[in-house]
Amino acid sequence: MGQQLDIAGRSFQSRLFLGTGKFPSGESMREALEASGCEIVTVALRRVDPQAREGDILDFIDTERFLLLPNTSGARTAAEALRLARLARAAGMPSWVKLEVTPDLRHLLPDPIETLRAAELLVADGFTVLPYMPADPVLAKRLEEAGTAAVMPLGSPIGSNRGLETEAMLAIIIEQAGIPVVVDAGIGAPSHAARAMEMGADAVLVNTAIAVASDPPRMAAAFRDAVAAGRAAFESGLAPARQEAEASSPLTGFLEGAAG
Amino acid sequence: MNGGFAETFYAIDFPRWRERSLQATEADVDRALARRGRCAAQHGLEDFCALLSPTAMARIEELAQHAHRCTVQRFGRVLQMYAPLYLSNECIDECTYCGFSRENPIHRVTLDGAKVFREARHLLGEGFRHVLLVSGEHPRLVSTGYLEEQIRGLRPHFASISVEVAPQSTEAYRQLVRAGLDGVSVYQETYDTESYARHHLSGRKKNFDWRLATPERASAAGVGHIGIGALLGLSEPLHDMLATFVHASWCQRRLWRSSFSVSVPRLRAAAGAIDAPYELSDHSLSQFVCALRLCLPDIGITLSTRERPQLRDGLVRLGVTQLSAGSRTEPGGYGEPDSDAEQFEIADHRSPAQVAARLRALNYEVVWKDWESSLAAVGGPS
Repeated sequence: MGQQLDIAGRSFQSRLFLGTGKFPSGESMREALEASGCEIVTVALRRVDPQAREGDILDFIDTERFLLLPNTSGARTAAEALRLARLARAAGMPSWVKLEVTPDLRHLLPDPIETLRAAELLVADGFTVLPYMPADPVLAKRLEEAGTAAVMPLGSPIGSNRGLETEAMLAIIIEQAGIPVVVDAGIGAPSHAARAMEMGADAVLVNTAIAVASDPPRMAAAFRDAVAAGRAAFESGLAPARQEAEASSPLTGFLEGAAG
Repeated sequence: MNGGFAETFYAIDFPRWRERSLQATEADVDRALARRGRCAAQHGLEDFCALLSPTAMARIEELAQHAHRCTVQRFGRVLQMYAPLYLSNECIDECTYCGFSRENPIHRVTLDGAKVFREARHLLGEGFRHVLLVSGEHPRLVSTGYLEEQIRGLRPHFASISVEVAPQSTEAYRQLVRAGLDGVSVYQETYDTESYARHHLSGRKKNFDWRLATPERASAAGVGHIGIGALLGLSEPLHDMLATFVHASWCQRRLWRSSFSVSVPRLRAAAGAIDAPYELSDHSLSQFVCALRLCLPDIGITLSTRERPQLRDGLVRLGVTQLSAGSRTEPGGYGEPDSDAEQFEIADHRSPAQVAARLRALNYEVVWKDWESSLAAVGGPS
């Protein structure tokens, strides 16, 4: 039995988070959530409309079963992110928030300075904060010190499906983290997710790769298996590829004659 | 999760890990050599156990080759030199292994500013720019205020100043950092709590947990460089080597604003002190240095003049990055040697110049200064 994932005092069996954008239909999203085995689902606050007559995205998510993680996508500043999160809480959403501050509308890259500011404000306001962030090890520590419940560094630009292009930085973040590290953005294939888990990431968040597959539920199952396999490999002691030894002169000659 | 090192430390079953090390297989050693420090948080202790095992000892030359390459890749062929400057041998602690222990009838001295400066001038004349101020534990004679005064006095003359004195509070460390302190060395002596109680009979040093959390307080106060370690031979060595690794690894990951080094001292003879209860062979010490280097590629490793020249020269190539030389371990000893007042005997009697010449012959660059704290002294000493 693998280790469970603990975030802010809650335990989860699944290490796969799902995003809910870009699905062809509410039905296929519901089936994909089911097949993925995930327990945490992010939802853009701007897509939630409690007053909607024709229903909204929440109609397709069983909130008894999944922890809803509202995100602040669309926010361009700390102040906007704070306002969005407070509106969601006032409307009865959970006090967990996936913090996204993305002034760059072309690549949707997170603003590190506004993200840190927003994290400080949200933590002070009692939110459980999981910030989407550039893969910057120093920023990860600063966010941890600000009291965030996890960090969510990006693997590559969001929606790019390019995998772990920030691998060297992710490795440092994972090594130094005292809170869970969830690799978010850029994971385009189950092999990318498995690689992140083999490196020791605590979880991954996947959206586009599942939502735009021709069979989203089946792709969701593929990610579920990849995440489980990567984690199992990490926990059971993966040996990396070896470099060949170079021949060189002896280094322990000074021990000869010494008592063994 | 953020409960400090003690929480991690007390949760580890060291006897079980010791057993695991004794039974490590060739495959365990292979895996540890292949991983070489990656995934330290998850597999660090497992790999460290494997590299300290009898199985790995049979492959010591292979370990040494890997450790040497790893050291050169990370640090270059560079050795940093430092010298201890003993301020005082006054001590309220009673410790079985130390020459300064309270009941020992040695000549007790605490240097005043003028005498400290005379010692400093001797070290400056030999080329040292990194100085380690050392003293016994005496809250009145060696107060935080006294230490602050000595640091302020020496600040203009040295590139970096470290202390190896009684553990201080976070606030006291802040006060010393403002005066110009760069580094703190605090050795746990042993991580075996029962043995710790047997060897620390009275005085403040009896408090194991206060000492254990010292790196956390120092780092919180802004101390840039922190040295830790165990006095090898005081307790069962494998236990202490494993715990030293766990402590260093935790510090590196969690106290990310400070850099860390591990010292690998073996218990030496001293006035009124016990003989080492456990012997650690040259081979085991060398294996420890290799395992530290391979599992913590970025860590500094410090070696004092407690060891013989031949062994010191050998260990430099395996992973040591900081060396003392020409040391006297009694207060005022550079000006007026007094072996009746020293903390322990030294085994490398070469002068700093001789040590430096030998290192150059081994194709190492000898660095007397690699930092200038006045460059970063925002709000600190001018």
